[in-house]
Amino acid sequence: MLPKAKLWLALTIAALTTMLSTSLQAAWDLNMPQGVTQISRETYDLHMQILWWCVAIGVVVFGVMLWSIINHRKSKGAVPATFHESTKVEIVWTVIPFVILILMAIPATRVLTEAYDASESELDIQITGYQWRWEYRYLRDDMNEEEVSFFSNMSTSREEINNQLPKQETYLLDVDNPLVIPINKKVRFLLTSNDVIHAWWVPDFAVKKDAIPGFINEMWTIVEEPGVYRGQCAELCGIDHGFMPIVVHALPQDEYDAWYAGQQEQAAATRAAANNTITMDAALAQGEEIYNRTCVACHQAGGTGLAPAFPALAGSSVVTGDLTENLQLVLNGVPGTAMAAYNRMLNPVELASVVTYIRNSFGNSTGDLVQPADVNALLQEAQ
Amino acid sequence: MSAAHDDHHHGPAKGISRWLFTTNHKDIGSLYLWFSFAMFLLGGTFAMVIRAELFQPGLQLVDPNFFNQMTTMHGLIMVFGAVMPAFVGLANWMIPMMIGAPDMALPRMNNWSFWILPFAFAMLSSTLLMESGAPNFGWTFYAPLSTTYAPSSVTFFIFAVHIMGASSIMGAINIIATVLNMRAPGMTLMKMPLFVWTWLITAYLLIAVMPVLAGAVTMMLFDIHFGTSFFNAAGGGDPVLFQHVFWFFGHPEVYIMILPAFGVVSAIIPTFARKRLFGYDSMVYATASIAFLSFIVWAHHMFTVGMPIAGELFFMYATMLIAVPTGVKVFNWVATMFRGSMTFETPMLFAIAFVVLFTMGGFTGLMLAITPADFQYHDTYFVVAHFHYVLVPGAVFSIMAAAYYWLPKWTGYMYDERLGKLHFWLSFIGVNVLFFPQHFLGLAGMPRRIPDYALQFADFNWISSIGGFLFGASQLILLFVVIKCIKGGKKATAQVWEGAQGLEWTVASPAPYHTFATPPDPKLIHDQ
Ligand code: HEC
Ligand SMILES: [Cu+2]
Repeated sequence: MLPKAKLWLALTIAALTTMLSTSLQAAWDLNMPQGVTQISRETYDLHMQILWWCVAIGVVVFGVMLWSIINHRKSKGAVPATFHESTKVEIVWTVIPFVILILMAIPATRVLTEAYDASESELDIQITGYQWRWEYRYLRDDMNEEEVSFFSNMSTSREEINNQLPKQETYLLDVDNPLVIPINKKVRFLLTSNDVIHAWWVPDFAVKKDAIPGFINEMWTIVEEPGVYRGQCAELCGIDHGFMPIVVHALPQDEYDAWYAGQQEQAAATRAAANNTITMDAALAQGEEIYNRTCVACHQAGGTGLAPAFPALAGSSVVTGDLTENLQLVLNGVPGTAMAAYNRMLNPVELASVVTYIRNSFGNSTGDLVQPADVNALLQEAQ
Repeated sequence: MSAAHDDHHHGPAKGISRWLFTTNHKDIGSLYLWFSFAMFLLGGTFAMVIRAELFQPGLQLVDPNFFNQMTTMHGLIMVFGAVMPAFVGLANWMIPMMIGAPDMALPRMNNWSFWILPFAFAMLSSTLLMESGAPNFGWTFYAPLSTTYAPSSVTFFIFAVHIMGASSIMGAINIIATVLNMRAPGMTLMKMPLFVWTWLITAYLLIAVMPVLAGAVTMMLFDIHFGTSFFNAAGGGDPVLFQHVFWFFGHPEVYIMILPAFGVVSAIIPTFARKRLFGYDSMVYATASIAFLSFIVWAHHMFTVGMPIAGELFFMYATMLIAVPTGVKVFNWVATMFRGSMTFETPMLFAIAFVVLFTMGGFTGLMLAITPADFQYHDTYFVVAHFHYVLVPGAVFSIMAAAYYWLPKWTGYMYDERLGKLHFWLSFIGVNVLFFPQHFLGLAGMPRRIPDYALQFADFNWISSIGGFLFGASQLILLFVVIKCIKGGKKATAQVWEGAQGLEWTVASPAPYHTFATPPDPKLIHDQ
């Protein structure tokens, strides 16, 4: 072969093998991840240990069976034996599995006991499941401190889901506001739900628990490596169950502290802004942005709605009718329907803007300008 | 006069009234089996929709709400419409013939317990056409998704479940009454074929847990319509209570679907190994222990609800224990084959595949029992793979094995062995291509019951879908083989299979409309 041809051949083979091996890594995950916590690694080891026991038992049992199938067939002239019971044998194959089970139960009990010990946490975060988003609230020791809490929504676009845009690498596993936690700290999660049962799961932490309305469940983790970790809601929770991912950013302590301080500042600014008045132009601009981010999936561009599930806002009697009623509906939602309560998901400025926007768009022209103070008044009244 | 009298009593009525008013166990058995097959195709169609949507990432064919309706209806129809009625059909046909009884003990109730089923499933299926859509909360219908947040069709679902429950309870009472009262002289309990034993125990399970299911759906009904708050946290209720009640029914339910399968396989393997079943007594005791244990393991479906650690440990240990009697059964089947003289007709192929693939489902069941590992497996495709392994190449394969095994007795003709084998091999390959990759998907982190998935799950999903289409299409062969066999073929002898033992093989093929009007000669009753 010519040297040049050889070179090309070598290059092609190299390219093919790297392509193949990366695609193999990406798409052909066969096993549970080992994860980034001590518990996740112990869970992985336990899983592998039980798996190998099963493989070993399977090899013996299926081996004997296969051997009989090959050798004890009528076509080979096999004559059936007449034995049909043996108490001794039955006792042996009752006792041996029992002993193996005990060998399995010992490490399982150990790992479970560790996983259940949520004491002495260094940071507590309350997680609340909603149809179909998560809310994270950082619990404070000092009630005078600014509280950090936010919602985390899937940020994959509907166009990607509906195959109108190419899908990104983190398709369905991206959120607008990830949960941020420090590494090497024992973080305790207090888990509950606002509506139906959800389950919060991050495979790399080996942490999965149900978020149940009316209950508070507890789980914890100590993440050892900084990084971005992804998971999904694991309990069927309605239409968009497949679309409520979980993203956790694990940061070194100093970066986490900086992030947390930034969040507190932002919360303080939001609170302050609720006391300001807004202009019509500002409200319409911000309202449009929020509408397109939050409401458009159901009420559609142009406020046309999507009959029969989602009513049109264009010309809606609520949106063109009494302002307070309209505000109340957006704040509290309509229980038992897909219309969620936005009183916690949006801040007063955002709520004022979006309601102003829908009352002055899509052909609606009430001329109402809602102020954050109006929203605050209703929120306080509700408390 | 006596001739007219004979005519009246010994032949079936003509036309549709034969089927509507029949009290004959063989007719009712056939009705159950045909109904089950129809439901199998309907539930299978829903499964095809699911696998087609999951063929590629992105939403292609259906919207998420309809997808959820499909997973829910697939589960409900397969469990309550396909698997359970198929076993009741087999019981109706075979139990009287196996114990030398002329019919079931309560023939009119038998007619009734079948004929309410089509109404239940018509009502359940009709929800697909309702404006609210069909139930979309999963076949496990966890509250409050199935109560406060349910589509209005849930009430029809509740009523349908009540009727199915009533049907099952009547069927179970009938089987217990038949087995305990109508055995031929000489047919002692410990001489009964294992199929009869496993069904007797299953019937007790049914009587114990179907009322619990009825209780669960009744509480739902009250929460939805009468303002109670059994499962509504806002009213002081407890959503986890629903899961305890549901799984107290649901776990024995999975044994209801597998114990009769054990009975079928225990009949077929000795026949084609030409050797007595190994360890008959231990098989009976193992079945009874499994049934007992099935009542104290329910919360292993709920390891992530946040039970106290003592609860988690109790349910883990109890669940692991089930591996012991189940292992005994598998070892006994292998020991029966060992040093036999085997041939591999279609029933035997299905029975062997049952032993291997059911055992694999058992292995993953053992893995799922390990609580800390279950935190990773729970509600993923690993669970989907596990229960499909025990239910499809488990329960469903055993039903197919039974159909091939007894078809000659039912129709009087041999089925087409070549087509039967083709059906077996396509099903065997299809089922493994369909479900084996789902283990990998679950371990890699794919949750169950999602209409769309992240890109790293794409490859195993399309493979699984291809397997699904293959498996689905292969079942049409079964339909063809059965129809062909009813129409004709090689005449079957009374014995049918060289190695077959038992009273059902002492009557002619096809079995006359009435058998054992006089009890069989006690000499025909052998040790099992
Ligand atoms: C998940 C889907 C969904 C989203 C997102 C959503 N809505 Fe709704 N909305 C609904 C449904 C469904 C109703 C009808 C509720 C009912 O049955 O009364 C509704 C009703 C309304 C109504 C009353 C309309 C009428 O004529 O009765 C208003 C106003 C409204 N939504 C505003 C909003 C705003 C503002 C947003 C964004 C902040 C929003 N919605 C986001 C689903 C949604
Ligand atoms: Cu959820």
